[in-house]
Amino acid sequence: MEKTVAAHAHELTKTYGKGDAQVRALDGVSIEIYEGEFTAVMGPSGSGKSTLMHCMAALDTPDSGRVTIGSTTLAKLDDKALTVMRREKLGFIFQAFNLVPTLTAEENILLPLSIAGKKPDPKWYANVIEAVGLADRLKHRPNEMSGGQAQRVACARALVSRPKIVFADEPTGNLDSTSGAEVLSFLRRSVDEFGQTIVMVTHDPVAASYTDRVVYLADGRVVSELRHPTAEKVLERMSVVQRRIGV
Amino acid sequence: MRRVTWRNLVARKVRLFLSAFAIVLGIAFLSGSLVFTDTIGESFDQIAYGTVTDVAVRPETGNGDAIAMSVNREARSIPASVIDEISALPGVERAQGAVNGGGLFVVKKNNRLLGGTGAPTIALNAGRGEPIPNAAGDQMLKWEQGTAPVKDGEIALDARSAEVAGYALGDTVKIALPSDPPILKAKLVGIFGFTSGGLAGATLVLFDDDSAQKYFLDGKDAYSVIQVEAKVGATQREVADQVAKVIPEGTESVTGDSVAEESKDLFDQLLGFLNTFLLVFAGIALVVGTFLIVNTFSILVAQRSRELALLRALGASRRQVSSSVLTEAFVIGMIGSTLGLALGFGLAMLLKVLFSQFGLDLSGTSLVFQTRTIVLAYAVGVLVTMLAAWIPARRAAKVPPVAAMRDEIAMPESSLRWRLLIALLFGFAGAGAMAAGSWLDVPRPIVWVGAGIFGVLMAVALGSPIIATPVLAVFGAIYRVIYRSVGKLAAQNARRNPRRTAATASALMIGLALVTTMSILGASINTSIDKGVEREFSADFIVQNVSGQPFSPEISQKITAVPGVDAVSPAQSIVFKADGTQVFASATDAEQFAEVFELSFASGEAPTADNTIALSESMAESIDRTTGDVVELTFSSGSYDATVTGVYADSNVVGQALVPLSTVTTAGIKRGDTSLAINAVDGTGTRTVRANLERAVGDNPTIVVQDKESYAEAQRSQVNTLLYLIYALLGLAIVIAVLGIINTLALSVIERTREIGLLRAVGLTRPQLRRMVRLESVAIAILGAVLGIGAGLLFGVALQRSFQNDGISDLAIPTGSLAVFVLVSALVGVLAAVLPARRAAKLDVLRAITGE
Repeated sequence: MEKTVAAHAHELTKTYGKGDAQVRALDGVSIEIYEGEFTAVMGPSGSGKSTLMHCMAALDTPDSGRVTIGSTTLAKLDDKALTVMRREKLGFIFQAFNLVPTLTAEENILLPLSIAGKKPDPKWYANVIEAVGLADRLKHRPNEMSGGQAQRVACARALVSRPKIVFADEPTGNLDSTSGAEVLSFLRRSVDEFGQTIVMVTHDPVAASYTDRVVYLADGRVVSELRHPTAEKVLERMSVVQRRIGV
Repeated sequence: MRRVTWRNLVARKVRLFLSAFAIVLGIAFLSGSLVFTDTIGESFDQIAYGTVTDVAVRPETGNGDAIAMSVNREARSIPASVIDEISALPGVERAQGAVNGGGLFVVKKNNRLLGGTGAPTIALNAGRGEPIPNAAGDQMLKWEQGTAPVKDGEIALDARSAEVAGYALGDTVKIALPSDPPILKAKLVGIFGFTSGGLAGATLVLFDDDSAQKYFLDGKDAYSVIQVEAKVGATQREVADQVAKVIPEGTESVTGDSVAEESKDLFDQLLGFLNTFLLVFAGIALVVGTFLIVNTFSILVAQRSRELALLRALGASRRQVSSSVLTEAFVIGMIGSTLGLALGFGLAMLLKVLFSQFGLDLSGTSLVFQTRTIVLAYAVGVLVTMLAAWIPARRAAKVPPVAAMRDEIAMPESSLRWRLLIALLFGFAGAGAMAAGSWLDVPRPIVWVGAGIFGVLMAVALGSPIIATPVLAVFGAIYRVIYRSVGKLAAQNARRNPRRTAATASALMIGLALVTTMSILGASINTSIDKGVEREFSADFIVQNVSGQPFSPEISQKITAVPGVDAVSPAQSIVFKADGTQVFASATDAEQFAEVFELSFASGEAPTADNTIALSESMAESIDRTTGDVVELTFSSGSYDATVTGVYADSNVVGQALVPLSTVTTAGIKRGDTSLAINAVDGTGTRTVRANLERAVGDNPTIVVQDKESYAEAQRSQVNTLLYLIYALLGLAIVIAVLGIINTLALSVIERTREIGLLRAVGLTRPQLRRMVRLESVAIAILGAVLGIGAGLLFGVALQRSFQNDGISDLAIPTGSLAVFVLVSALVGVLAAVLPARRAAKLDVLRAITGE
């Protein structure tokens, strides 16, 4: 079956700093993200994996190259259009949960919709709430929740507006392994049950094993790719990649 | 630790500058007031010491009451024959008579009055022979052009007045006199300067001796004062004692030094009011500034709590942490005071220019910088800043070292319960004092009300975090309905830290409370004037001098003959003491008065015979006298008894007592009408009569004809001018409050960087983000407005109550103005949010969210 491309990065470059301090974060990276797939982006520190995700997620702009979400090319959009794009087509999960402390769990989940002045689809909302298992904590505020709960709220927030793609930046980085597993199973379920497209940056082989496809980045380029990963295969491929680039 | 402190100061330049700005404004006002009043003081000292001769002989002053002396124009004089006797004394070099006349005006070339209601115009005589020098041995006048006048129809003017009025040597000068003729046309034969600096805007008109006596001393060959020059080697005291032996009864011989001291005291008394007035506003600015500083430091400490915890974990003691914060405060206080002093100097210059517009010309004196001003500016500036930083500093020290390891830090905050308790204490004490001042019979009620106002202000400021909660909840509800999620976020941001929001709003609250108080007082005064005029202005017209000075009785005769005029009732305002209490009274002819006014008598009737008096009800009560009793009236010329013929309902037109015109002459005060009440013949067109009256008054610009409306209007405009001045000064407190809101918002934006990044990431547009900040700002501003207007209403009513018997009989609440205040506050909120909102909108989403 031919896979549909949900997002496409083409020949992206991005350089930080000047002169001696210059760092080439992206060095002509191209990647296609397929619809309904859970993709992991891996790589050592400084490999450009976060920069790649930020560029694809319309949070950062590449120096050159082109990012397409669905049929829209990001470079052509102004700040307002980018904001609307983020609001309507993209979902975000951050390492630091980034919930609004003054709002309850429910209000945090509904935030993107309410900013856009929209009502949630009640059936979909119920599905999401049920899937994250937070039905009894909806009236709580972020400071009354554990890290795992807070991150599941963040996941629900990312999914509630039915985005085309959810970008997750080290979503389990701040969590213990049990909470991390909960969050990852939820993400897996949303791919399997709802057909959600997810891109996740991680350096944890266990986290990567929940995905359909692992893309390895080094020195701002895609250096390898793995389908149907297990934790062992991921680790093995990581060491191969690292040996090849001489880390 | 010192390096950490210093780095912090440098790293947070903008924030610190904002909080230092509050101190700058407060100190600028303080030092500006001091410099300005010192300058006025210096200028008047120069006048006081520059115008006295070695010894002066003058009518005994009795009670040297300043107000009485300025209202009552005493015609008592010393016969010229005394001069020869004094001149013959062994210690006396020379003696000469001097005339001091008042109530005159120079009419400018454009037919307007020179000086108007500002600095006085004083008539002097040229003297026979060379004028007596002042005690320092200098001639008081310095001739710049021409010579002294020698005959009737000639005058000389001081240089500034000649210039301002537009007259040159040889011109014909029009002068409005308090005697006959009402308008004198004289040739300007000389222009002189004043040897000892400036004249503070006063106008000097020099006449020849005969004319001066004719116009100001009823033509007697007499003088107001005999000036004496001592022989070289003779002290002032010795000469004064010699002179005392030869002068007639009722006069006294005083040394130049003591005359100078007396006038200096008098000036100080008059200027003391101005000084206090300005310092009160400086105080308000400082109190409001203190709120701003407390707030800024609290927020800075909260934001730095992790860093402070790290310092504690690395071994810094509590004392080191708190003293690091206090050192920052000290530095800010020093910087703020320095800038404030500089700005204060500018402010004093501005005040100098401003006051010269009102006729207080100080161009002859340069600004006076006393060491005291500088010391006080630094002391107050540094002390206030450090005091304001003290609470946040203590809180900083309480940050536990373990907080450095935690992600989210809650600052240890003192319980609101204590705050509430203290607020209630202040509130009850304040309300009690205010109630006592308003309703109970306490001495000096205004002091009680003032102290009460301070107490309640403190209570509201302290209790504001608690009072704020319901108000902000209302905002939440409204915002949610109108602005949906952005509104909800804004309202919740405002409620997130009630202390911070409330402290920020408190600064605005204080300013608005005072503005509201003043507007209620102003409206009440205006209403009282209107009602009073409605009630008591039964005449068709009133003729007055523009500055309240008495004018020639000739005008009253002229007006009686005007066609269409039915009755004329002249009245002269005088001030005296009745059984020791100061009384502002009107002297009238009872018969003429009755034709124009209907005064309602509680008992008895109007006084007609010599040595009689009628009292207003409140005056009768305060001196405990009623119809049939005898009161002792004290003038500077002496005391005599008068029988109370009646007690009438309080009247603003008449004042506290009514006496027959004969009293004026008995008291040795020069006759002159302060006002003429006129009734037109029934059926005559008002406009025609008014035109006739204006024609009769002629080209004398000192006299104005007013009907009911224009009379009330003129009264109101005096009050309103003062009100606008007070509004302008209170505007300063509002400016500081706006700075406070900007500061708090800017700091909050910095504090919430990551959150703002997230909101932007999940789709909040820049306009929405700006709106969020703006709505929070408006909520803070309107919270301040609601609290301020609420408190102001209370104060306004209390003050009106306590002034009920002093002319503010009716309470009026200017609801329109109050609504405008709320709107303006909302606008203030919008304006204050501009920069912080822009800053928030500019945040780079990625950086904000990754917390770099």
